[in-house]
Amino acid sequence: MTSIYDKYTEDLSAKVIESVKEEAEKQKLSSADVKKVLDRAKEEYKKAMISPGEAIGIVTAESFGEPGTQMTLNVFHFAGVAEMQVTEGLPRLIEIFDARKEPQTPIMEVHLKPAYTKDEKTIKKVASLIKEMTFNELSSEFSINIIKGSVESVLDNKKMKDYGFTRKYISNILTDQLKNMEIRESKRGFIFVLKEGSENLSEVYRMKEKIKDTIIRGIKGIAQVLPTLKNNKMVILCGGSNLKEVLQLEQVDENKTKTNNIFEIANVLGIEAARQIIIEESLSVIEKQGLDIDIRHILLLADLMTSSGKISGITRGGIMSEKESVLARASFETPDVHLVNASLVGEEDKLKSVIENVILNQPVPLGTGLPGLVAKMKTGNKND
Amino acid sequence: MTEEHVVKKVASITFGLLSPKHIKKMAVAKIVTPELYDKEGYPVDGGLMDIRLGVIDPGLRCKTCGGRLKECFGHFGYIEIARPVIHIKYIKIILDLLRSSCRDCGRVLASEEKITSHLALLEKLKKENNSKKMRIAIKDFTNGIKNVKKCPHCQAKQIKIKIEKPSTFLEDNRRINPIQMRARLEKIPDLDLVSLGLNPEAARPEWMVLTVLAIPPVTVRPSITLESGERSEDDLTHKLSDIVRINQRLFENINAGAPEIIIEDLWDLLQYHVTTFFDNNISQIPPARHRSGQPLKTLSQRIKSKEGRFRHNLAGKRVNYSARTVISPDSKIAYNEVGVPLLIAMDLTVPETVSEWNIKWLKEFIKNGPAIYPGANYIVTPDGKKRKITEETQEQILEELEPGYVVERHLINGDVSIFNRQPSLHRMSIMCHKIKVLPGRSFRLNPAVCTPYNADFDGDEMNLHVPQTEEARAEAELLMSVQQHIITPKNGLNVIGNIQDAITGNYLLTKEMEFTKEKAIDILMSIGVYNPTKFKKFGANVSGKEVFSALLPDDFDFIGQTRACKRCDKCLADKCKDHAYVRIKKGVMVSGLIDQATIGEENGSLIRALYAKYDENRGIKLLNDIFKLGIEILLRRGFTTAISDTDLPDKIKSKNKAVIDEAFAKVDDYIKKYKENKLEILPGMTAAETVEARIIEVLNKVRDKVGEAVIGNTSEHNSTMIMATSGGEGNVLNITQMAACIGQQVMRAKRVQNGYKDRTLTIFKRGDISPKAKGFVKDGFKKGLNPSEYFYSAMTGRDALMDTALRTPKSGYLYRRLANALQDLKVEYDYTVRDANHGIIQYEYGEDGLDVSKTDGGIINIKKIIKEVTQK
Repeated sequence: MTSIYDKYTEDLSAKVIESVKEEAEKQKLSSADVKKVLDRAKEEYKKAMISPGEAIGIVTAESFGEPGTQMTLNVFHFAGVAEMQVTEGLPRLIEIFDARKEPQTPIMEVHLKPAYTKDEKTIKKVASLIKEMTFNELSSEFSINIIKGSVESVLDNKKMKDYGFTRKYISNILTDQLKNMEIRESKRGFIFVLKEGSENLSEVYRMKEKIKDTIIRGIKGIAQVLPTLKNNKMVILCGGSNLKEVLQLEQVDENKTKTNNIFEIANVLGIEAARQIIIEESLSVIEKQGLDIDIRHILLLADLMTSSGKISGITRGGIMSEKESVLARASFETPDVHLVNASLVGEEDKLKSVIENVILNQPVPLGTGLPGLVAKMKTGNKND
Repeated sequence: MTEEHVVKKVASITFGLLSPKHIKKMAVAKIVTPELYDKEGYPVDGGLMDIRLGVIDPGLRCKTCGGRLKECFGHFGYIEIARPVIHIKYIKIILDLLRSSCRDCGRVLASEEKITSHLALLEKLKKENNSKKMRIAIKDFTNGIKNVKKCPHCQAKQIKIKIEKPSTFLEDNRRINPIQMRARLEKIPDLDLVSLGLNPEAARPEWMVLTVLAIPPVTVRPSITLESGERSEDDLTHKLSDIVRINQRLFENINAGAPEIIIEDLWDLLQYHVTTFFDNNISQIPPARHRSGQPLKTLSQRIKSKEGRFRHNLAGKRVNYSARTVISPDSKIAYNEVGVPLLIAMDLTVPETVSEWNIKWLKEFIKNGPAIYPGANYIVTPDGKKRKITEETQEQILEELEPGYVVERHLINGDVSIFNRQPSLHRMSIMCHKIKVLPGRSFRLNPAVCTPYNADFDGDEMNLHVPQTEEARAEAELLMSVQQHIITPKNGLNVIGNIQDAITGNYLLTKEMEFTKEKAIDILMSIGVYNPTKFKKFGANVSGKEVFSALLPDDFDFIGQTRACKRCDKCLADKCKDHAYVRIKKGVMVSGLIDQATIGEENGSLIRALYAKYDENRGIKLLNDIFKLGIEILLRRGFTTAISDTDLPDKIKSKNKAVIDEAFAKVDDYIKKYKENKLEILPGMTAAETVEARIIEVLNKVRDKVGEAVIGNTSEHNSTMIMATSGGEGNVLNITQMAACIGQQVMRAKRVQNGYKDRTLTIFKRGDISPKAKGFVKDGFKKGLNPSEYFYSAMTGRDALMDTALRTPKSGYLYRRLANALQDLKVEYDYTVRDANHGIIQYEYGEDGLDVSKTDGGIINIKKIIKEVTQK
């Protein structure tokens, strides 16, 4: 069977062949029919091929720009039954295209290895391992002893019991993490004194804040965990994102776990993964808005944003600053800055892109403006 | 026509700084006096309006080139500045240079080896064309040497230089004046400048400290003569005269040997004026103002922002041969036509070159002249002179007309034009229409092409352009025609289809109508369809399906679904009870109905099938016929929607009331439980949130239930219902809301929230969370709303308006950025996608090289192909 398809690999894209294969198997077509189908597909494919010179960039921009006016501005939506907030619609799309370092609502989707998804209890247990828990949450009271320059905390015994912590355990973690402090157990909690000893009150206050933020369990930055059913599989949705550390947990399925923070993906998994997440995130925004934009436009945009090996947003400082032409940059934003800088290095604008030629009333190098005719030119005046 | 046309093309533009020498060389006059005009109102020699700099008065001739107004582009002048001043835009780089060069010997503060290795790195990066890395390398280099204390070359001690904005430099709290600055910058050797990222040929740093200032030609700062005869000068002229005045005073004071303090003050003032001449929006200094208090628009302001030179004049240009007026609908003209008022058709012209074959025809236009339609307004002689056709010249023109002349004739039917509505968000906002000259004063267009333009007829205006060259006309017709843009590249679906009456008409036709043979042929002939092969097959009684089939080509096969299709597991095909299976075999409609899903916008599968099978021109013709048939049918049958469409029998009314009452009781029950703290709390929610969730759950079901009852009771022959099911206009929800229940008003995914303390409106008790106090509208539009309900519905309406108003600029900016970033990307001949530098973005566009606008919904429809192959 494969041999039939092999003949067509040059004329048809892999995507089309794949779908023919799939359908042929489903409908149990005879190989003669398959050949007929492939021939027809080839014909249709040739007809639908894109024309060279097509200004595909502008088409993509239009495909996003026009439906942009139909998207909602409502920022928040609630994922699933419970409380998780997600940025949606136009603001999220802008966020993705701007390549902001931090999304407004960082969300992580943690998948677990099959062994840990069997019952709800284990899932909840893993979830609690991920959720950031600070010492503050386990304490009911903090006080500063001005005379001794110490901080005293009172443990919340009920919570201690709920989470199954022992005093010893907590004390060990605290000594481990707060190396510059001396920690003593008191009747109701702990007493902290700086090892160096300090009378400076503001330093003691800072010390108190540091103690409060000490992480007893979980991963930094994960403020919220929510085990939910997604596509018939239990996943843990996390408010807040810290991909690097979550992936290090043994229960986590590192192949499927993802975050909506594009930069984090790029740092941890590389630029190709970042490209994929840009595609997935934009696609999900568009779909949730009930819009229909062809995947090819999203692909092009994601490729453009990541083609330099780093993520560059569609902003003044991103893609636009990478343009070679001075006039192209100047006609977008802050023209004076670009002109001044160009003058310093004696920059030459080769007028290869669109906007410069528009400025100069010349044909643009796109579409019908692209091909040139080869013709013998009259060499003007003979005396020249 | 023997004249040779040499078309010059600009190949590149180089940027750089003007050196004082260069300024003097390109200048034609030295400006010495701030006076503009003498007593007679004639420009003063050596003044800012010197006629050597160009002319702005119609009568005068330029002293430099002899050109008249509009012939002379203007010439630069210059002034000698008494004491040097800094160019404000180069402050940053001057500071960097001073900090990284020796105050004594002028060398860069790095050892010889370091400089050479850095230069080698830059050379390497330049070869790689990696401007970004170059910038970083230079920045690192400059940052590394800024704090060097001792010059590695001459061992001189370095002192840290501070800047006091906007333009004062301090060294150990002593001021460095521009003269000293210039001296230091002069000392920096060329090669060292390269290491700092400057190109000494384009920009020597001492040129950033101005000793001469170029005076722009008067043509870029024309004065306006007011009605009173007074002259009002341009902002730039005002600023320049300030500079010249202070400069003269500074000269005088220096020559008179005035005390240094006075000179310093004047020097600072000169610096201020020169600074504001370049940029009047520097944060540390007050902007220079008119006497009225409005800030002057100086050089930077002329270039910057939306109204600046770049975006306003260079990236967007004005055109001739265009018209603009209000649009109105005309369903009798074709999709690719535009109705043009006679007045406009007689004003806009098409240049037509005279040849032996059309000379007779063109003479008729000239005979009619400009006042009689179809006439001509101008002729252009072969030597390029344009002459107006008037009663006096008519005779002579007719006589001398010969091949090679160009006649600018009035628009006639069938001329090519480009039609546009702003905002031009996608390429379907500018399409090519054929002209149809009509009486009246508005542009007419077929209502079905409103969608791509996003137009309506509540006063919208649109623009019409008439291409003036053969190339332009050919491109417009072949690439921009309406028929080329039926399928959008956004998702491969058709943006243009049938709308409203055309859908309803075809729906009724194919569903239930029957005619006598004579009547059927009459209908078809009245819309211009003459299809004798099909007519012959008509029996005594002709069904609607047969009438529809008469439009279709004989070799057309089609299979599709209507809106009613329930996507059953096992398709009954032709025997579908809902008539949802549409089959056309050999141009004959066998089963199913025509509705929005087959001929409408977005999902008109039949339309796309026609386009795929036949070419665009035949496709648009067929689409047009279908549209006209639908309208004609509805016109002959008669169709109306009345208030009685929403009448409900008492039985249903009481049933609906029961549904609502029941829901209210359930809600009351939840509220009661909540108040008694007996409510079972949902995980992750507070009690208040739980009760809200429960209530919403109940109330959302109410309208659906009521809707079901209403729809179940409405006859399928009810006009409103026909429109909703055919997809012509409106939907089932509209009927429900008219007849029975408007339902819950939702704002920001919640019920109406409290605007007063603990309540939405003051007529309710505090803490009332019952449906009626939280925005539930229980009656329909026909029965009416009570005041609070009306207020709630106004709230949601306003919320939607706000949302749109806030969204438009945001998405507009996103679009602008996208367009700017992506405008250079194109598909190359090898099907890769590349940017302007030929850098590859994608190896194959969209990973399969398909054009979305040529596909069916973005894919090659394999299933369809298989179906066709196996059925053959």
